[in-house]
Amino acid sequence: MFNPISVSEVRERYSQGESCYDVISEFLEKIKDSRLNTFISISENEALAMAEKIDKGKLSGRLKGIPVSIKDAISTRGIRTTCGSKILENYVPPFDAHVIERIKAEGGIIIGKTNMDEFCMGTTTETSYFGPSKNPWDESRVPGGSSGGSAASIAEGSSVLSLGSDTGGSVRCPAAFCGVVGIKPTYGLVSRYGLIPYANSLEQIGPIASNVKDAALLLEIIAGKDYRDSTSVEKTFEFKLMDVSKVRIGIIREMIEKVDEKVQKETWRAINKLEELGMNYEEVSLPMMDYTLAAYYILAMSEASSNLSRYDGVRYGYHIEKEMNWNTYFSKVRAEGFGDEVKRRILLGTYALSAGYYGKYYLKALRVRNLIIQAFNKLFERYDVLLAPTMPTLPFRIGEIQDPLSMYLMDINTVPVNLAGLPAVSVPAGLNNGLPVGLQIIGKPFDENMILNVALKVEEEVWKR
Amino acid sequence: MEEVIIGLEVHVQLNLLKSKLFCQCPTDYHNSEPNTHVCPICLGLPGAMPVINRKAVEAGIAVAMALNAEIQEKTLFYRKNYFYPDLPRGFQISQYDFPLAYGGYVTIETDSGEKKVTLKRIHMEEDPGRLTYPGTIDTARYSLIDYNRSGMPLLEIVTEPVISSPKEARSFLNKLRTILEYLGVFDGSLEGAMRVDANISLKGGARAEVKNISSYKGVEKALSFEITRQKNLLKRGIMVEMETRHFDEARGVTISLRTKEEEQDYRYFPEPDLPPMEPRSLIPDVKDTIPELPDAKRRRFMEEYGISDYFAKVLTSEIRMADYFEKVAKVIDPGLAATWIADILKGELNYRDMEFSEVFEAEKLIQVLKLLAVKKITEKGAVKVIRVMLDEGGDPLKIVRRLDLMVMDLSEVERLCDEVIEENSQAVSDYISGRKEALNYLVGQVMKKSRGKADPGETNRILIRKLKEREKDSS
Amino acid sequence: MITDEQIRHVAKLARIELKDDEVAVFREHFEKILDYFGMLDSVEENIEPVFHVLDICNVFRDDVPGECLNQEEVMANAPKTEKGYFRGPRIV
Ligand SMILES: [Mg+2]
Ligand SMILES: [Zn+2]
Repeated sequence: MFNPISVSEVRERYSQGESCYDVISEFLEKIKDSRLNTFISISENEALAMAEKIDKGKLSGRLKGIPVSIKDAISTRGIRTTCGSKILENYVPPFDAHVIERIKAEGGIIIGKTNMDEFCMGTTTETSYFGPSKNPWDESRVPGGSSGGSAASIAEGSSVLSLGSDTGGSVRCPAAFCGVVGIKPTYGLVSRYGLIPYANSLEQIGPIASNVKDAALLLEIIAGKDYRDSTSVEKTFEFKLMDVSKVRIGIIREMIEKVDEKVQKETWRAINKLEELGMNYEEVSLPMMDYTLAAYYILAMSEASSNLSRYDGVRYGYHIEKEMNWNTYFSKVRAEGFGDEVKRRILLGTYALSAGYYGKYYLKALRVRNLIIQAFNKLFERYDVLLAPTMPTLPFRIGEIQDPLSMYLMDINTVPVNLAGLPAVSVPAGLNNGLPVGLQIIGKPFDENMILNVALKVEEEVWKR
Repeated sequence: MEEVIIGLEVHVQLNLLKSKLFCQCPTDYHNSEPNTHVCPICLGLPGAMPVINRKAVEAGIAVAMALNAEIQEKTLFYRKNYFYPDLPRGFQISQYDFPLAYGGYVTIETDSGEKKVTLKRIHMEEDPGRLTYPGTIDTARYSLIDYNRSGMPLLEIVTEPVISSPKEARSFLNKLRTILEYLGVFDGSLEGAMRVDANISLKGGARAEVKNISSYKGVEKALSFEITRQKNLLKRGIMVEMETRHFDEARGVTISLRTKEEEQDYRYFPEPDLPPMEPRSLIPDVKDTIPELPDAKRRRFMEEYGISDYFAKVLTSEIRMADYFEKVAKVIDPGLAATWIADILKGELNYRDMEFSEVFEAEKLIQVLKLLAVKKITEKGAVKVIRVMLDEGGDPLKIVRRLDLMVMDLSEVERLCDEVIEENSQAVSDYISGRKEALNYLVGQVMKKSRGKADPGETNRILIRKLKEREKDSS
Repeated sequence: MITDEQIRHVAKLARIELKDDEVAVFREHFEKILDYFGMLDSVEENIEPVFHVLDICNVFRDDVPGECLNQEEVMANAPKTEKGYFRGPRIV
């Protein structure tokens, strides 16, 4: 059931005198009662201990007493972090990700770890070793992925804020499918330290929330330089309200033309509404679109094949009791510990990087990356933001898409943003057949404030009416 | 005789840095409990990210400059993907295209004069952990892994295939060690500080790569074994195969690991978590920290101290010895200082299998040589003091006193000479009558009376003078 | 096209044991997906590859030693340990 809760609603309860312990206990109950399989682990003891501290006045901060759920790809000290995989089923990190430190420092309460596609490899949460999550709007449908548990937990109101990670759309896709807000920050704005890597050069941790302002609040907290991530930059983020009536909007033609008619219809309805409010738009072309999906998957799979080499059953993770030669041991551990989609991507990535194919695949993909960056730069000379539907279809049924390539094609509108390292937000912009449609707003590097202000307009003038 | 062609890949641990290459773990893991110098980064825990140690890059630049290599405009870290239980991430962060430096050379001395060993490239990478086995590698049921070494900063220095004998290889490595120690980034005496992969072929034949030779002595042994093996194959008319071999230090043999068909496919690609570097921009900072290097020091020693090329070469072969010499030569005649350090002290060290780092302070040698210069002790006595100080330590003056090494006062020697002349009239008259060998007897008598503390030269001189006086008197 | 042998070779490189029926399925997927990736063949070679999307360089930390994990934390997730070592598989 779609029943999201905002930060201000929780704060209101605190100002009415409710104890943090009671409020958090209620959320924990909601998680346990959920039928959507949104969580892999519940950190009940840690959350209640933190709530007690808050009730004793020992903690303060901008997230004081706010329940936050965390995608299970983000390392939490002392709380099991599985990345949705059997191979990490019992792995407990001895350190916190940078973003977790920041949330804790602001008094936020980590209530649990959300379900996800195994190692972030999926668009539905169906590849999770712990079973798929379900869409709060229709339990027979997928919530999107790979941060599906996070988006569904916001939509069902079992947490108020959530962190996901977005490698090729993994925050925006489930946000769109669940009718909530999800931000993919500019590459380098948020430290990836502690995020279990899938494709390092593409991914960012991003906030998911029931509304734009809440998502912006969480971004304010997690953004900023962290010396432990060499790709994080000296920038912070602060959300400031601005007048968006003169914002120059480009609608990416290739991202609308090819999508499902129902999605097209809702997208145009939202755009027309903005136009009624006096905003101007033009249709634009992103000529490299056709190449981006292939380039994205080559890069992601190649990096993944390397990132996932560390899971060998020696230092942590799934292991086999029997003693054998290291080659056989590694091969068996990995055969038993990884799911099919993960294996497929490791094998394809290994193939793409192997002798003789590096130039054909990996280098070519990096050339496409250059082209797509140039194409975006050119568009941003004339437009402040670019709009497109986040997903090409409405949320589909669990098990509906079996063919891997058809599934990959679902990411067609989200991956160009990751290749270019740009910020983007998915904001709910309409309902069709009782299912939400997300609008994607793409901005210039580090121009999160602009896209979030436009998203706020969509939220206020389109979604909430 | 067949021409031998050798190329070396030398892995040098920058073990004098304070922290590892990509994490803050301290580098002083030698002699520590296993897995006590590790963190999420060097253990390869998921989500932990590498951050480059600036000092490691600067050290790399200093080495490249000292080896006359060309530092590149842009340099990148790559992932070298392969599996092994000592490699915690399943890939080693190393360099591939865009290494730190290309080219360079090291000058060595060979039987046929000076030779420039030219270098191909110099790059940075991280060390893997260390594997041990209960029992031996081929019988152990399992392995034991210590990741303390994991992430230690390494430089890989690759030579062109220009080395023509095991002996040349050894002197190249010695010279390289000298230079690295001069730069203060490397202590060659620590375990695993320098590890070598060697490519060896006979002219016209395929090359074999011998992996992971981990001691200085091992290099000469492994190369000699491999050359003999290849020569024997050729003699029997068998083609040498291109393959990778492992050096078994204990048995002194090389063993085949894999043939060319099984060549590794490392699937190199740029490390996405580490932005590129522009090392040339760091050169100004590094330049001032590069000290006088061995060859320059050797020339200066010859000019400034007037010592021979041989002494200058020995003294500069180790930065510690060169510094030691300069301290001593400030107060003691440089020629004397050079002899005593390069010949005697070094000889005593070699005999004891000791490193120069274990030698007593220069001040102590200065005291000993001062006593020698004013003839308070004999050369023999000085050597004795040095031996005691090396074996037991202690203060030179106290040792001289304890062992009663102080040379006898000259007036006392005079007195003893008079006594001996009185007591040995026969020998005296023998001498006077022309049997000069009688002097030796008389010197011996004085030495005996002084219990060896009289200076034999002085005794000789005094006796001759006194006997001459007798001669005059009696005639 | 892709052969079973190639799939087996890649699986060996990646240290993932495959059963015969899995080889067949992966080969089928490989063919389809690599065919799709083949569209990049037409991308021109004169375009520079972008290794890092951010225009930053020389990101360093100082050579200052810091805290390590204690041995207990290091071993906490390890399936097999012995006297402070990780117990790993056989080498030969
Ligand atoms: Mg190497
Ligand atoms: Zn470390």
